[in-house]
Amino acid sequence: MNAREKILARISKARPDEAALRHHLETHPRGPEPLAFDDLKKRFAERAAKLSSDLIEADQLGLVPGLIAEYLKQRALPMKGVCWPALAHLPWRNSGLEIEARPAGNEDMVGITGAFCAIAETGTLLLLGGEKTPASVSLLPETHVAIVDPRRIVATMEDAWDLLRREFGAPPRTVNFISGPSRTADIEQTVTLGAHGPYRVLLVLTPL
Amino acid sequence: MRNASFDFKRQVTVKLADERLQQALSRLQSRFVEGRSAVISEIHDLQETRDAAAQIRDRVLNNLGHWLLEFEERATSRGAVVHWAETVEDANRIVAEIAALHNVKTAAKSKSMVSEECGLNEALEKAGVEVVETDLGEYILQKAHEAPSHIVAPVVHKNKEEISDLFEKVHGLPRKTGIAELCREAREVLRPAFLNADMGISGANFLIAETGSALIVTNEGNGRLVTTLPRVHVAITGIEKVVPTLEDLSTLLRLLPRSATGQSITNYVSLLTGKRGEGDPEGPEHFHIVLLDNGRSSLLGTPMQEMLRCIRCGACMNHCPVYQNIGGHAYGWVYPGPMGSILTPLLDGIEKAPDLPNASTLCGACAVVCPVKIPLPDLLRKLREKQLTLGIRPQRETALLKAWSWLALHPRAYALATKIAVRAMNLMGGSKGLLHRLPGASGWTDGRDFPAPEGKTFRELYKERS
Repeated sequence: MNAREKILARISKARPDEAALRHHLETHPRGPEPLAFDDLKKRFAERAAKLSSDLIEADQLGLVPGLIAEYLKQRALPMKGVCWPALAHLPWRNSGLEIEARPAGNEDMVGITGAFCAIAETGTLLLLGGEKTPASVSLLPETHVAIVDPRRIVATMEDAWDLLRREFGAPPRTVNFISGPSRTADIEQTVTLGAHGPYRVLLVLTPL
Repeated sequence: MRNASFDFKRQVTVKLADERLQQALSRLQSRFVEGRSAVISEIHDLQETRDAAAQIRDRVLNNLGHWLLEFEERATSRGAVVHWAETVEDANRIVAEIAALHNVKTAAKSKSMVSEECGLNEALEKAGVEVVETDLGEYILQKAHEAPSHIVAPVVHKNKEEISDLFEKVHGLPRKTGIAELCREAREVLRPAFLNADMGISGANFLIAETGSALIVTNEGNGRLVTTLPRVHVAITGIEKVVPTLEDLSTLLRLLPRSATGQSITNYVSLLTGKRGEGDPEGPEHFHIVLLDNGRSSLLGTPMQEMLRCIRCGACMNHCPVYQNIGGHAYGWVYPGPMGSILTPLLDGIEKAPDLPNASTLCGACAVVCPVKIPLPDLLRKLREKQLTLGIRPQRETALLKAWSWLALHPRAYALATKIAVRAMNLMGGSKGLLHRLPGASGWTDGRDFPAPEGKTFRELYKERS
């Protein structure tokens, strides 16, 4: 017997109730969830602020590059970076931004992404990795900008999973929940923003 | 990792006298105890949620074989390779073979307590693979050649001056004193390690049977980097970490970061499914998942099974008066605090850690905060019983307990003995009523006086009043 068979022999029941177990998997029942939120957008914004994310709103997508440019300029951050290929069509250049649509490399200081959805419960973004949505864009640069459609703010994690099942079936290789800038409290239990990922996260709420 | 739990008592004396450690441990209170208490109340039906979490873990453990096979089937269908390791040696061999198979020279690693259990770094170095720890805390420890002292905050025992000194020495850069500067320096030093690594090694907080995914919670982003950039990803975890569905996961995720670090959610929660797909511009070409048993399966179906519910949040140690005073190193192995006092003897041999199950006042704080409702004090008590049955307690202690049990079963002898004892102690206590020394109880009287009894036993007083 190999290790797999030996371990399985030790941990497998003679007669598991296969039908009940399969039923659990197929119906994936929800556990206790937070009480309903009155206003998803408001809750999301409140929680995102608690996580040290910055948040601005735009009435239409066309205004987004200008708002991002302003945000970067105010903070004396580089006006160039990368974006998801899915966002290549936005008029970046008109706002003085130099944005390339590709996965991020070490030298890229600004990364602009969309989001699959957002979760009001915790102020979290949910990003799916893929051909047009590389995960490195939200990870390597020091500034991460995420464009979020307020109509895709769901209440809870469970709602996000259902949306994922409905639109994709199985999850892609990477599903990342992002809740503010990366941080560490390893030294003297003091929270410091900007560990190995972004130092700051800007959320732009706009209908996509 | 070598088990030094046998040395517990001596280590306790050392740690209690270590002022720097005592100061470092005092920080646990604000960040972890108060932090948890501030956010755990966000869960409006906390007890219901803890019950649900315990049920989820029990559902898995009662049918562990089934759920692991479901997990394996789906993970494999997405191109992951699932490996089964009975022992830590098997796990080390498997990871070294994976490294050899893919011609790996360097590996970047995010935090994994299971890999600490295995001593994986050492094994890989022996196999010629350079391993870089990338979690800030673990990186500091790797450079200082020390072991973690906490499962969530591995470097809680060090202050920033020690880290400044260490960084100055190993980086050869001007000394930094601010915490933010130290973090930036580590970021800049470690970036090339992520970019150049052939292999990323991570743990997995959970495995999801429904999707065949490994799930990692991190704050620093290093977990994402080591699972995104290198061409090979190895996730190593215990066989008990599987959960059935994404909904089950959600319930546990509401409790884990709140219990661990007082966060409503960690910065990153990464669900990793399969290897790089067609058209994916990035991600590992090879994804290996190593499932470690190392004694876990032997707990199934026994009174100790509940210990396998553990989701490694560390709340039990943060709230333990013993851990708060001695820190994690005294426990001698990977897992400290109440959960470690149970896991160490169970996974590594009950005879190797005779003091750990007794290193608790059974105050119950750990059980109150445990998100998956592990009855930790009960399990500690069961281990104490087992020690007695196996005859691995000191002879003197056993003899004393035998004498005590005889006395307790013979009421007249008990009355006489206590009558003599309380009177003798009363005399010895003098006018202040304090005993500076007590034969056989120097452990108590070395540190403080023992209040002397007033002169009569409880039963005598009771008789007088009734």
